[in-house]
Amino acid sequence: MSAGAGSDNLPWWATGLLLPVVNVTLALLVSALVIFAIGEDPVGALGTMLRGAVGTGEGIGYTLYYATSLIFTALAVAIAFHGGLFNIGGEGQAYIGGLGVGLVCLSLPGWPWWAALPLSVLGGAAFGALWAAIPGWLQAYRGSHIVITTIMFNFIASSLMVYLMVNVLIKPGQMSPESETFSASMFLPMMADMMAGIGIEMASSPLNFSLFLALLACVGVWAFIWHTRWGFALRATGANENAALYAGIDPRRVIVITMALSGALAGLLGVNELHGVQHRLMLNFPAGLGFTGIAVALMGRNHPAGIIPAALLFGALYQGGTELVFDYPTISRELVVVIQGVVILFAGALEHMFRPALVRLFSRRPSAVTSKPAGA
Amino acid sequence: MSAAPPSVSSAWAVELVGIDKRFGPVHANRDVTLRFAPASIHGLVGENGAGKSTLMSILYGFYEADGGEILVRGKQVNIRTPQDAIRLGIGMVHQHFMLVETFTVLENLLLGHEGGPVLGPAMARARAEVQALEQQFGLEVPLDALVSDLPVGVQQRVEILKALYRGAEVLILDEPTAVLSPPEVEQLFRILERLRQQGRTVLLITHKLKEIMAITDRVSVLRRGQVVAEFVTKETDRQALADAMVGRKTSLAVDKAPATPGPVLLSAQNVNVIDARGVTTLKDACLSVRAGEIVGIAGVAGNGQSELLEVLSGMCRFDSGTVTLKGDEIGPATKYDAADARRRGLAHVPEDRLKLAVIKEFPAHESAILGYHQDKGLSKGWRLDWKRVVAKTVSLMEQFDVRPGNPNLRTSLFSGGNQQKLVMAREMDREPDILLVGQPTRGVDIGAIAFIHRQLVSLRDRGKAILLVSAELDEILALSDRILVMCDGEIVGELSAAEATEGRIGTMMAGIKDTPAVEGVSA
Repeated sequence: MSAGAGSDNLPWWATGLLLPVVNVTLALLVSALVIFAIGEDPVGALGTMLRGAVGTGEGIGYTLYYATSLIFTALAVAIAFHGGLFNIGGEGQAYIGGLGVGLVCLSLPGWPWWAALPLSVLGGAAFGALWAAIPGWLQAYRGSHIVITTIMFNFIASSLMVYLMVNVLIKPGQMSPESETFSASMFLPMMADMMAGIGIEMASSPLNFSLFLALLACVGVWAFIWHTRWGFALRATGANENAALYAGIDPRRVIVITMALSGALAGLLGVNELHGVQHRLMLNFPAGLGFTGIAVALMGRNHPAGIIPAALLFGALYQGGTELVFDYPTISRELVVVIQGVVILFAGALEHMFRPALVRLFSRRPSAVTSKPAGA
Repeated sequence: MSAAPPSVSSAWAVELVGIDKRFGPVHANRDVTLRFAPASIHGLVGENGAGKSTLMSILYGFYEADGGEILVRGKQVNIRTPQDAIRLGIGMVHQHFMLVETFTVLENLLLGHEGGPVLGPAMARARAEVQALEQQFGLEVPLDALVSDLPVGVQQRVEILKALYRGAEVLILDEPTAVLSPPEVEQLFRILERLRQQGRTVLLITHKLKEIMAITDRVSVLRRGQVVAEFVTKETDRQALADAMVGRKTSLAVDKAPATPGPVLLSAQNVNVIDARGVTTLKDACLSVRAGEIVGIAGVAGNGQSELLEVLSGMCRFDSGTVTLKGDEIGPATKYDAADARRRGLAHVPEDRLKLAVIKEFPAHESAILGYHQDKGLSKGWRLDWKRVVAKTVSLMEQFDVRPGNPNLRTSLFSGGNQQKLVMAREMDREPDILLVGQPTRGVDIGAIAFIHRQLVSLRDRGKAILLVSAELDEILALSDRILVMCDGEIVGELSAAEATEGRIGTMMAGIKDTPAVEGVSA
């Protein structure tokens, strides 16, 4: 009788669909207020954002391109989360992972893309994994908190990349800190070209083959976490380290491995950005997508099936925001960041704000049918 | 014996009339009416979740009842906070003490009653008053000692003194003997007798029926939030109480034939564990467990039993000594973790179920493979075969009568007893040669206790070696073929089942080494 005592048993669609929709709607309302406050037309501005993100073939392409990167960084956050670790170093791991991608691509001149891709994936994953495994090791064996160390590693990654790009990897005889361009033969195919190959016309955008890789990663992460012995050990460690120890799992090893996997996923952002689009090593290519991945993972409830729609939403915000700045001279880049921030605040950080209200709503209905209302 | 028969007295100390309390869908108390006589000890028993603690929390002002009324000395009162309760002369001693460990006893007693910004005069006043109380009730406590330096038994006396100092006429004690050694229990009972003589009312919540029989005047039995029986203690017995608690006939005794021990399967020689603070938590432990016998380890919780189980099961490193498992020697440097132990046929039901044995957030079928997730039989290639895992869980649940028999229900939604049955089922399923069991029936309902005991005896009869750690002396005495007693990290004595008596074990638990010469020394 007491078995059903858990008081917040919401149906899956309420937590999975209704709650995010309520949160995003509120975020857009607040954004509209901000736009209204600076004297612009909120309906028109939000309409421009929406059209910019999904209104044109080009816009959709860009949205999907941003979503590709976000899927990688959000999966990184999710896998660490299931291991009980809050990895907020996705930005730095993506940065260093990109270095791995770049080094592999630069060292294989003339290779065809399909031969270079596995190696650049491996390079990005390995560099990202290493960069995340160090904080993991420090947490497991030295007790340094993972949140602190991963933040610090973001800064170290950033400084290291500046040093490398300015002093070591820069293309000789050039001012801007960028490497040589990769061989054109290994550029990942653009989605528009691939579609043209099978007779579908599509507007040109940076969307490239990496999208398939991202979807594959979603399936892989899902299978790993919920359908393998290692995933079981990872979740056991994340839920209860003592119980893991009792089960013969070494929590310290699991922590290091989990962080390495998390960093490897973040590192794949470099495949999309560098191998897919920029075709050279450069500075600041993660552009905050590592951090936004945290919000995407939160909103997607750390499950690949939730991460894909959440990544699409944030991809649309990125792309729509760019259009907005373009069309409304009074709306600055910073204001777009404010709008993105409001969405992150409502959908990510305040995710549970409306949960109690929803629970009340749902618990009232059945009890009104089955029993008289409780007194007082 | 000296208490006036309550039926004669018309003025009750406390009356609870028609108390009703719901927590969401759980009806914790339904229409409970209880009356407590002054100058009496009233026992309150019931299985876990029967509503005892809720009821007492309502009386002490932690919760407000949805319905019903409370009368103190015949007058209807409104108790909304513990402060209200204290003002009305109701005191409570919690299972987990509410003392500031870094304060002295006197400072703890004064806490909340300072009476002004300067402590000096209040301290002096309090000292005089407390000393008078100590005399009146025979409660000796060193007033200037730090609480953290005192043994639990004395800390408990501080709690009782604190309640009395605040003017408690009615004292609620929640499972007061759970942390005490038998001599400490005797001392507590002497104090309770004294309180009764002085006209106070004691409400004793416990699940130990023996204690109810020993000290109470009346006893009320709660089941599923309702009062199902009330007895005058002298006119009832343990069996009747147990039956009332469970609602059907139960068997408290364990049927078992004499052991036929075989070869030694598990032994330890001079095993030492030194913890991070440099304290030796396990001192020179030596023991052996043979096939076909149950070796019981008695002792007050926290005297090295947990460390012993963790070392033997591979969860914790040891600093010196040797463990021998089925002939293989394991030293401090040998790689030996819980997975190695299981591979060699050693299973472990740990003392702290929720902390170690299951993962609360996991569905039951995932908790049911904890520790065995590497088994080839549960995987298909690289992936776990959930169909087979669920089928396995269903069969475990059937064998051990786990209710509800739903393998997909979250582990935390099962009651303690059913979680324990699931853990026992999981650990006994692979027919381990050696089973380590810690507190097998802690927080388990009476009906399930008998079942678990029978399972342990039948495992023994199949020729397996069992090492049993329990804080319940009755359980140790009922199940063990040999008994070791631990105190302060050391094994202080060994008795055969035949020579073991509660008195003898109790003395050893208090740290007095048992040699024939000192038998009968009182603590």
